[in-house]
Amino acid sequence: MIKTTPEIEISLLLEALFQKYGYDFRQYSRAHIARRISNRMILSNIKTITEIQEKILHDNSFASQLLQDLSITVTEMFRDPSFYLMVREKVIPILKTYSFIKIWHAGCSTGEEAYSMAILLKEEGLYDRATIYATDFNQAALHQAKEGIFAAQDMKEYTSNYQKGGGKESLSEYYTSQYNRVIMDTSLKKNIVWANHNLVTDSVFAEVHLILCRNVLIYFNKDLQNRVQKLFFESLINGGILCLGSKESLRFSDFATSYHELDKKQRIFKKKYNGLS
Amino acid sequence: MKYEAIVIGVSSGGLNAMKTILPQLPADYGLPIIIVQHLRAESNGMWINALDKICGLNIREADEKEHIKNGNVYIAPPNYHLLIEPDRSFSLSTDKPVNFARPSIDVLFESAAHVFADKLIGIILTGSNSDGAKGLAKIKKAGGLALVEDPLSAETPFMPLAAIKATEVDQILKLEHIADKLKTIYRS
Repeated sequence: MIKTTPEIEISLLLEALFQKYGYDFRQYSRAHIARRISNRMILSNIKTITEIQEKILHDNSFASQLLQDLSITVTEMFRDPSFYLMVREKVIPILKTYSFIKIWHAGCSTGEEAYSMAILLKEEGLYDRATIYATDFNQAALHQAKEGIFAAQDMKEYTSNYQKGGGKESLSEYYTSQYNRVIMDTSLKKNIVWANHNLVTDSVFAEVHLILCRNVLIYFNKDLQNRVQKLFFESLINGGILCLGSKESLRFSDFATSYHELDKKQRIFKKKYNGLS
Repeated sequence: MKYEAIVIGVSSGGLNAMKTILPQLPADYGLPIIIVQHLRAESNGMWINALDKICGLNIREADEKEHIKNGNVYIAPPNYHLLIEPDRSFSLSTDKPVNFARPSIDVLFESAAHVFADKLIGIILTGSNSDGAKGLAKIKKAGGLALVEDPLSAETPFMPLAAIKATEVDQILKLEHIADKLKTIYRS
């Protein structure tokens, strides 16, 4: 099949990025990649995608810039408050039956949602027996997540999200303000393990009770989505819980029938015994 | 007919505009229609069902990875950008708002222009910001057809005006004439 020039250029660029640096975006949704590349071309005044390829092969700092362009995803605390309400209502009672709880937050980016989960677990009295593995392949984002420093201007929206999501205290209980930034309380960080893990190329690293991976899979094509779903399925204990983003589903994966729907609207799934009905 | 898809961008006053255009199109209208309507993040989509009831075409929210089919009108879900993949399926993204909007009309139009090139019709309707102006210019540049609602008849003229300023549009139409234009194009 004949492809357009930009399509060919993007394929070659992603191949070069993979061969030279090991970061594999080849199975990412092409429309996103095209958009981010075209933003970079405007910012850096670059005329063609081929020129970007030339630059990433010969200029390491430009390559790391492009990696950030391709990987940054926007996140917020208590994004989709009704999801957090449903976690409190339907997921927490199940987690309470375990003496220790392992949670994998896959694709945690700069950590806002991992801190949200830590706060929720605290309020539900489960934090001390929980470990949150918060992973991402983007080292810069992970570093920021670990620091737990966020812009003060976002806190108004996060507070509103937190309250709509069933928050029991005041969100400001969990951070200290300094000038235009806030620092998350160290007690929230105690049981969070920040780790580099790439959903595209890495394998299962732990057996967990709960996986959160929200608004990450939408950036992947069907084949890659399926690979990641396999990873999740193999990581979850029987009866373990999988939480996806509000527009994500198991529909196109091999695991559509391997879970019960715990909450259809919020995309919360419970793994069947060995995936069998 | 050379066209293969229609994209529409609409903001304030949009529900009225869609209620005027969409029910006039027959159930066997042969082009898929993809719409970004600016909405609040917490909008629940009840209005889509309401619209579906009065239209021959199927009106539905666009689903991630779904393949675009004729006879459907797809609406971008609130709080996500909607993009079109080279294989003519949908992608969603939670990237930052563009022109203060998520979904953004520019994001849909630009990705659609990449995929459909000169086989695309872009339409900007009523609205109170400038989202969609750049996207419509991209469609025009790729050889597509650029239509804009007449600012004088639009509930809010700003978005049509911004689009007219950004590109040489093919036609400016009163709201009530847009459906006729789309029917004529399909029959030609």
